[in-house]
Amino acid sequence: MMKKPRGTFYLLITPVLLWLLALLVIPHLDMLYRSFRFETDDGLWVFSLNNYLAFFEDQIYWLTFVKTALYSIGVTILAFVVTFPVAFFLTKVVAKKYSSFMTLLLLIPIWIGELVTVYGWMILLRDNGVINSFLINIGLIETPIVMLFTSFSMTVGLLYISMLFMIVPMMSALDSMDDSLIEAASDLGASKWTIFRQIIIPYTTPGIVSGGIIVFMLVIGDYVAPNILGGKSSLWFTEQIYNKFLASFNWSEGAAFGFLLLLLSSSIVWVALKLSGQKLDKVGS
Amino acid sequence: MKKLVMLGVLVLTLVANGAMAQETLRLLTWKGYAPAKLVKDFEAKTGIDVKITYSNNEEMIAKLRATRGAGFDLAQPSQDRISFVQEKFPVYQPIDYSRVNTGQLVTSMVDAVKRNTAVDGKGFGVPHCYGTTGMIVNQKLAPGADDWSDLWNPEYAGKISYRLKRPLLIATAFGMGEDPFALYDDIDAYRALMKRVEKTLIDGKKYVKNYWTSGDTQVAIIQSGDANVISGWDGKGWTLHKENPDIDFIAPKSGALGWIDTFAIPAKSKNLDAAYKWINFMLEPENAAYFTNQEGYGTASSGAIAFLNDEIKANFSRSFPPADLDNIKWHPPVPAGFEKIEAKVLDKIKAAK
Repeated sequence: MMKKPRGTFYLLITPVLLWLLALLVIPHLDMLYRSFRFETDDGLWVFSLNNYLAFFEDQIYWLTFVKTALYSIGVTILAFVVTFPVAFFLTKVVAKKYSSFMTLLLLIPIWIGELVTVYGWMILLRDNGVINSFLINIGLIETPIVMLFTSFSMTVGLLYISMLFMIVPMMSALDSMDDSLIEAASDLGASKWTIFRQIIIPYTTPGIVSGGIIVFMLVIGDYVAPNILGGKSSLWFTEQIYNKFLASFNWSEGAAFGFLLLLLSSSIVWVALKLSGQKLDKVGS
Repeated sequence: MKKLVMLGVLVLTLVANGAMAQETLRLLTWKGYAPAKLVKDFEAKTGIDVKITYSNNEEMIAKLRATRGAGFDLAQPSQDRISFVQEKFPVYQPIDYSRVNTGQLVTSMVDAVKRNTAVDGKGFGVPHCYGTTGMIVNQKLAPGADDWSDLWNPEYAGKISYRLKRPLLIATAFGMGEDPFALYDDIDAYRALMKRVEKTLIDGKKYVKNYWTSGDTQVAIIQSGDANVISGWDGKGWTLHKENPDIDFIAPKSGALGWIDTFAIPAKSKNLDAAYKWINFMLEPENAAYFTNQEGYGTASSGAIAFLNDEIKANFSRSFPPADLDNIKWHPPVPAGFEKIEAKVLDKIKAAK
């Protein structure tokens, strides 16, 4: 009896392991190997750290990374500010039977796909687009407000595609919170702000942090929204990696930059976990 | 468990058979280069199934490099982007010109492409179509814009757009009164020129609305009125002209940039027969004329002119008065290592305020 489930277990786990090995582990090892290969002026391939050093030596690379990272942190915070009321409303205020339907509505942007939603925002935000035409027609403004191809449109796009990943973990954290805690605090004379700060926030921190990590990683690794909505000055670090591979044919440097993105963004997450006093295993559950 | 394995094997064989049953041609090309009608005619005539992947020069090189020339039976890179790629990463195979029906092609163009794509004395490309990169201008809203230098002219502030790729750096150099092609044999002088180009474009960046990135975004940005003075391809400009007579393609005074797109065969092409069949089919006078009437780009097929619409002929004489025609700067093959210099310049411009 013991042997049979074991056989099935290995049968079921093999595809997963093969999948991970072939599509994740091997390509990454190849990339790692490539990232240390450097072509000298004589056309010889040598083992070197030059690809990594290029990132620190040239201001344009590390500055772009810093800009991308700061922007991503900003978007993550904004995502929290925008979605917390929604998550609270859906779990604590609305009746259960409506809330699951409303949660379903939140999923719709994910069904459509990032590229299409981004083009949708272009139609809304352009100079003679839906929003500007509406504002001009009702007489609120006379000349169109420039919204598309600015930091504003890029932020909107990034928020829109990542918001859901903030809401879901927060909702599950809020869902498990006993309403009587809020009632008890309220009975004991706590103000709304105190309840929010001392009861709700500490209770939902694991949800906020895990949502934050997902949003941060999604935004810092995004390519579509900054590239299409961001306009002329939105050089995202991912775009530089893309350019390394496709415009300058320098795969080694591209690979090194890819690993730097992985390392640096992981360390930002690690610092954030330390600062918020959370443990990864607790947040991950 | 045995049943499961059997089922798996069965499914796999079925899928494999389905794929093998019909001969296929895997084509790596640009949007618009394989019009649906011609694909259907070709499939009906030869029984070969055509599978199309859309791409651009940079991605074609990257894709073929990743597989060392496998995955596609036929590709369509520009003629100036073949030889240096072939020298470094052998992703193509030499063209067997005896299998190409060169009798139906413009001889001078075949020879030029053969020469420009040559590695070790063997040619790697067959010309398919040609056109120019110039400017598309809304002449009602931006009268007077007629040169590359108008892409950094404060008069059109906020209504300028271009694609931030290597042709723009070349165009900017011409707009500054320099000749970048003359420096193709002097990498240091070229690097210095690119520095000056970088400064011009960074100084002019405040006047730019946005950078367009594909044929579709190029058309959209001027059609929607977001920009009035943009860099663009002649075929696109003429298509726009048909819808809105205010918009037209203009050959810049300092010289439109001429390009020729080719057929090149990847090193590990699995269906050479189909590849040559497609090349010859696409360059048959009537088919080539259909493509040109549809897309507006010139064709390498010599007999096609008899089948062209008057409108297409009119486009050409309207946008290219004789002086501008003589002034077209045809892209010579890009020397190895130059794209590295340009890529950094492009990064710096994109990152600048």
